[in-house]
Order: sequence, then structure tokens, then C-alpha cells
Amino acid sequence: MKTLHDSPDTAERASASATDMVEAPVLSTWPIARWWRISRLTLVATIPALALLAALVLLWQWYASQPDIDAQILPTPLAVWGVLVGQRDILWQHMLVTLQETLIGFALALVAGVAFGTLIDFSPWLRRAIYPLLVASQTIPIITLAPLLVLWFGFGLVSKSIVVLLVCFFPIVVALADGLRSADPELIRLFRAFGAGPVRIFWSVRLPGALPSLFSGVRIAIAYSVIGAIFGEYVGASAGLGFYMQLKQHSFATAGVLAAIVVTALLSIALFASVAIAERLALPWYYLQRRRED
Amino acid sequence: MGTPLLEAREVTMRYRVGGAGVLALQRVSLHVNEGEFVALVGPSGSGKTTLLSIFAGLETPTSGTLALRGDTQARLLGRAGYMPQRDLLLPWRTALGNAIAGLQAQGVSRSEATTRARALFAEFGLAGFERAWPATLSGGMRQRVAFARTVLAAHDLLLLDEPFGALDALTRTGLQRWLANLWERLGATCLLVTHDLDEALLLADRIYVLSPRPGTVRLERAVPLERPRRLEMLARPEIVAIKAELLASLLDANVTGGAA
Repeated sequence: MKTLHDSPDTAERASASATDMVEAPVLSTWPIARWWRISRLTLVATIPALALLAALVLLWQWYASQPDIDAQILPTPLAVWGVLVGQRDILWQHMLVTLQETLIGFALALVAGVAFGTLIDFSPWLRRAIYPLLVASQTIPIITLAPLLVLWFGFGLVSKSIVVLLVCFFPIVVALADGLRSADPELIRLFRAFGAGPVRIFWSVRLPGALPSLFSGVRIAIAYSVIGAIFGEYVGASAGLGFYMQLKQHSFATAGVLAAIVVTALLSIALFASVAIAERLALPWYYLQRRRED
Repeated sequence: MGTPLLEAREVTMRYRVGGAGVLALQRVSLHVNEGEFVALVGPSGSGKTTLLSIFAGLETPTSGTLALRGDTQARLLGRAGYMPQRDLLLPWRTALGNAIAGLQAQGVSRSEATTRARALFAEFGLAGFERAWPATLSGGMRQRVAFARTVLAAHDLLLLDEPFGALDALTRTGLQRWLANLWERLGATCLLVTHDLDEALLLADRIYVLSPRPGTVRLERAVPLERPRRLEMLARPEIVAIKAELLASLLDANVTGGAA
């Protein structure tokens, strides 16, 4: 009859704080042991990708070390590594600038995205008014907006954060609006029968149910966010990885450009991974359910 | 006999589906007395679910009156413990969190709701599973959690819409017996929608048979069985006779009348 798959110690620990954890029983059901197992599985799962990456880097190293290849056109991975190590302090400073722009823009996009996603959901009229404009806004290439933003908001942090905001906003709004819309109508009926009003139904049924969808939007947003910041820096900046890349490009220091690209990629991956971890922590039930359905 | 807890008089329900009117219920009159277990059987499309939605306050009939203890103005929403066929547990809440959801929707504080739910969990065979996610529970246990939520939310009336319909036969039989026992102890008033005659005979004091669309009451029969009920009782000759009569009424589209 026991179909519960929690270990006994988990259940015990959990019941101690059960009363206050009923609504958000997140951390207590996720013991470190389970985390370890998942991390190990994740590592094992990434081995093929890492092996392929290593092979490609080796191939690059071999090709770029041919005598007729100009190091200014295509430097070797080792040369790139040399820049990464030699200029780590400078790269780190620029990375921090880009990270700051990214996080501010992303945070603004999250706030605005959740606000608008909820607003769209409130009435069919608002949906019809806002949704088409949102979709139409995506046809405007950010590349054409970035110079204007720099013109309006200057060379500093603000213009870059706004580029990031514009890049991240759309996937978040659409994901949340779609998630809220796809709430089970029978579930809503049930809660109406219990006497719940629209506000309570929103908080108890629709919003929690929309969180997995919101998170997939956030994952897309964070994946593009760094690119947005780099973009803004490319157009006009005095610091940041995009600025550094352009500087190196103008002096034909190709290895420096590639080093900055590597840092950009690592930054993006780190941000993406943080969102993935946050999602696992926030939605343990969702992963449990998905595992069952597999 | 006094005033029935719930009474429907001449309830008619007409839907508009793509311009055409569909008559779902036609002058349905029935009542459920205080502490009584009433079953509503009928073929698919006889408007059983519509009728239950009306009693739950989710829909307003086109014509006819509803009375709660004789009060025709009584607000029905949030009053009954309504339970649809699917368990509809919130996957992001634990078993206990789901059980208190109905109470919380009525504005009861979480701590009070939790205390009341905990007391019920042992009785529902759910002790030790308070912290379990719905995804880890079996179908029968999920249904019992949904039952706990329904019973906790109910003020004086349970409206059960084929609560065992989605379960396998064995789990279903087990839960039917469990519900019979539970009801005998709780003494709640219960209206059960089903298309399973054995289920109706095992659980109910009285059975209404609805006709195919437009649904109307075709037959009403009391079940002359003492409690506690046992599965073997269904083999008694008088029960077999009632079952045959109910079945004939269910199957034969031409039979009319018989309603008390």
C-alpha cells in the first residue's frame, strides 16, 4: 500500500515543520542526498557533450597550428587560453559590468513580464489589446533599436539594461500568459464550488499551475539576456565584454575576441544553470510528476 | 418527515449550443432529506452532472426552484462538498495541503484547516501520507484525499459526481465499502451521481432514475437494506428485484411514470 517514495528520515524531518510548510513544502522534501544523486546524473549526462567539445577543440588546435595559418586570423585554442589566463583580471572586470547590466535588465523584465502576463490574463479585452502589439514588437530587430537606446539613455548601464529588458520581456510575458490561460477549467469550477472568488482562484490554482510555463519562458529569457547586454555594449560603451571584444577586434587581437566570447558563453551557461536550479527548488512537484510520466 | 435539506422543484435546464437550444433537464423534482444518502442514476447524457452542478451553485437553472432547508434564496456556492469524477488534486500541494484547499477557499485559516484535516487523515487511511505529493499516491489514495477535501469543505451536504468512475474495479469496490462505512459514521447528507446500479444499491437509502435527455425523473425507489451494508446483501431476492426494475427503467426509453 505504501507508494510514497520518500525516505523515512525525510518524512520525519518534514512533519516537524509540516504546519507551516503546507503551502510551500519545498526545501524539506529535497534532502542533500537526493541533490547529490541528481548532480551525479547530470554530470554523467554531460559527458558525451564534453567529449565532443574536447574533440572539436583538438581539431581546431591541430588546424590552427598548420604553418600556413595566420595566427591573427585564426589563433589556436592555446593562444586563447593564454589570453584568458594573462588578462583574467581585466576580463573579470568587464564580465562584472556585463553581468550587472544583464541582471538589472533581466530583473526588470521579470517584474514587467509577470505584471503584463497577469494583466493580459485579467480580461479578454486586455488580451486582445496587448497581445498583438507584443507580438508585433518582436518583429523590430533589437539591432536597430540599440543605437537609439544609446542615444537616448547614454553610454552607461541604463541603455544596456534596457536592451536586456527588451530581449527578456517577451518570452516571459508570453509564457506566463499562456500558462495562466491553460489552467484546468474543471479545477477552477471545483474551487468556485468551494466558494472561492477570482482572486483566490488566481493565487491558489492558476498562478501555481502557470509556474512551470513561466519558468520555461524565464529559461529562454536568461539564455538571450547576456547576448542583449553584449549587443548594447557593441553599439557604444566604455566597459563590458562587448566593449572588450570590439577593442580587441580593432587591434586585430583575434585571440582576445575569442577569449571574451568564451567568457560570455560561460556567463550565459552559469546564469542558465542558476535558473534551472531555482526551478528545481521551486517546483519539486513538477519534476516528480514528469519523472512519473516518463 | 419535515423539510428536506435539499429540494428541486420542476427544475428545467436549457443550454444554447451554437444557436440551437438543448434541453438538458425537464421539470426535474427531487429531494434529499437530512442525513439521507440518495443516489441519482441515469444513462450518459441524462443531465446528472448538470443537475449536480446546479445543486453546487455552479449553474443556474432556466426555470424551477431550489430550496435549501426550505429556503429558496439560499446561496449554494461554497455550501456543499462538491466532488467531480476526477480527483483534481493540486499537484503542487501535498496530500494535507490538498485536503485543506476547500476549507481555505471558504476563508478558514490554514492552521485551523490543518488541525481539522489531520484529525480526518487517520480515519481516511491516510495517516503518514500528509506530506506526500499527489504524484506519489495511488489512484485510490488520491481519491481519498479528494474525499477528505470534500468532506472538510461540506457544511451539511456532499455532492458526489461519479467519484469512483475513473478507478479500476477492485479499487472501486474497496472504496465503495469504505464510503459506506464512512457515511454511516459521519451521518452526512449525500447525493451521489452514478451509472453503476450496484454502487447505488450498496450506498443509498433512496435511488432516483433519470431518463435520457431531456433528463427527467423516471423512477424513485427506496433501498430496503439495514446498515452497516455488506456486499452480500445485494444478492437478496428483494434487492435483485429492485435492481431488475431499475435496470429496466434505465434501459427502456419508452417507460415513463413511476416517479413518486
